[in-house]
Amino acid sequence: MTVMLAIRNLTRRFPARRSLADLLRGRPRQAVHAVEQVSLDVHRGETLGIVGESGCGKSTLARCLVRLHTPDAGSLAFEGADVLALEGPARRAYNRRVQMVFQDPYSSLNPRLTVGETLAEALHVHAIVPKADIPARVRALLDLVHLPHDAAARRPHEFSGGQRQRIGIARALAVEPHLIIADEPVSALDVSVQAAIVNLFMELQDRLGLTLVFITHDLRLVRHMTHRVAVMYLGRIVEVGPTAALFAAPRHPYTQALIRAVPQVKPGRRTTEAAVIGELPSPLEPPPGCAFHPRCPLADATCRRDIPVLEGRGGAWDVACHQA
Amino acid sequence: MKRPPTPLLGGLAILGLMVAFAVAPDVFSPYDPLAFDFSALLAPPSWAHPFGTDQFGRDLLSRSISAAAIDLQIAVFATFFPGTLGALLGLLIGWYGGLADAVIGRLMDLVATFPFLVLVIAIVAILGPGLANMYVAITIVGWVPYARLMRSEAMVQKNGEYVAACKVLGYSTPRILFRHILPNAIRPVLVYAVTAMALAILLGSSLGYLGLGAQPPTAEWGVLIADGKNFFTTAPWIALFPGTVIVIAGLGFSLTGDGLADLLEVKR
Repeated sequence: MTVMLAIRNLTRRFPARRSLADLLRGRPRQAVHAVEQVSLDVHRGETLGIVGESGCGKSTLARCLVRLHTPDAGSLAFEGADVLALEGPARRAYNRRVQMVFQDPYSSLNPRLTVGETLAEALHVHAIVPKADIPARVRALLDLVHLPHDAAARRPHEFSGGQRQRIGIARALAVEPHLIIADEPVSALDVSVQAAIVNLFMELQDRLGLTLVFITHDLRLVRHMTHRVAVMYLGRIVEVGPTAALFAAPRHPYTQALIRAVPQVKPGRRTTEAAVIGELPSPLEPPPGCAFHPRCPLADATCRRDIPVLEGRGGAWDVACHQA
Repeated sequence: MKRPPTPLLGGLAILGLMVAFAVAPDVFSPYDPLAFDFSALLAPPSWAHPFGTDQFGRDLLSRSISAAAIDLQIAVFATFFPGTLGALLGLLIGWYGGLADAVIGRLMDLVATFPFLVLVIAIVAILGPGLANMYVAITIVGWVPYARLMRSEAMVQKNGEYVAACKVLGYSTPRILFRHILPNAIRPVLVYAVTAMALAILLGSSLGYLGLGAQPPTAEWGVLIADGKNFFTTAPWIALFPGTVIVIAGLGFSLTGDGLADLLEVKR
């Protein structure tokens, strides 16, 4: 397995607004710790799932990967080359290879442009095909995401959420990327439509040899479509491993709790026991030591003091836990 | 949900008539607007002179019609120049924020604290009376509301995911600003501009009345009212009919503005 995207110690904090009262009391400026010291490899051809609760920093991480956010610290290398230093044409060339599919199909398309115009613009700016061939390529892109050709002449408001997400996928595919970062691409859709979009992603990956980073809070999707999964908690990765093995025997207490929390259809497997105690702590003041310790049944003095390191546990499986 | 755009049609009908008057006043005017007729001084409205005549016997209907060209010009130029300047500045400071936003924001506060008309009059007084200088003065003072509207709208639009998608696709900033944000942010500015055209006519008329805008003997609705003020008790029609024309023209712009707002509403 070759490493396509190497993420090392990536950190992104958002300075919080400081009130006048805080300023007068001389309190230090606070920051939301959105992504903390994340290290992760994306392998060529795989689907990597990133899961976690809302607000754990998944989307910020995704936006750092496509350079919508600039990380405060850490490094990002695509096929061995540093990504964070890229500017101008070099950055555009990077984004040609690494594209993003957005969460909200309603706000991620320009409502004033027809679908054809949206796709043609990407083809034109990156000079993917000669100008005369653009209409044919637009039709080919629509075929790829299973939309009818006459969609090109219509505007986004004429489409359903699922169809719009197909348009968003076609737009990302227009520049022929190698890696697609999908940031909760189905969480705004009805369950019946979710399946169709997930299957489209899997089909496209097969046909085009794409590498996919699939960010979601839905463990069932991750289990269904990813090769490896990374679990995030409060900006940090707590466990990474092969999907099947990790679901069979999760090691980190947080992963265990998440998997227990998946709703069960079969009555015999249902449980009324709460999977995790309490709420997600404020990312403004993450707990000292292991960020999960206030909610962890196994926590002891070490957990309250030392931040656990993400360590290999054999079989390409990393866990950040003092107890596991 | 489609309701017939009656206001828009009504507004466009009024504006259409105005444009027709502006383009071909001779077709509609029964008399030469500048010709004196000493046999009919201060004649009240009649079949021969539906709007009456002024103290020189000039036909007021013909003068009101011939004023359409200049008042339409005032309506368009006195909104186009400040609107363009304000929208561009608003777009840029809404997008970039930071220092530029702070500096231009304070400048907007500064301009807005002056009474509008007083500032325009002061600038025209410095530059000298006349239409061209009036446009310069109105542009200097009038860009602020356009910039504010555009700034706030651009700030909303720039956080939309479609703008993030543009950035990820590597589009240049001018492309994002003018092809993506501007068309989505322009609606309130356009609607305001059309409504402001009615106000521009009133402003042009006020300045004309004060002798700072259109110069006599050019017929301009404000100037016509100014001419009528000395005869208001004996010959009220001199001021009344041009005043009514201003009201109707203003109505035309307002209706068009409302209709445009509905028409430009973007479906999501």
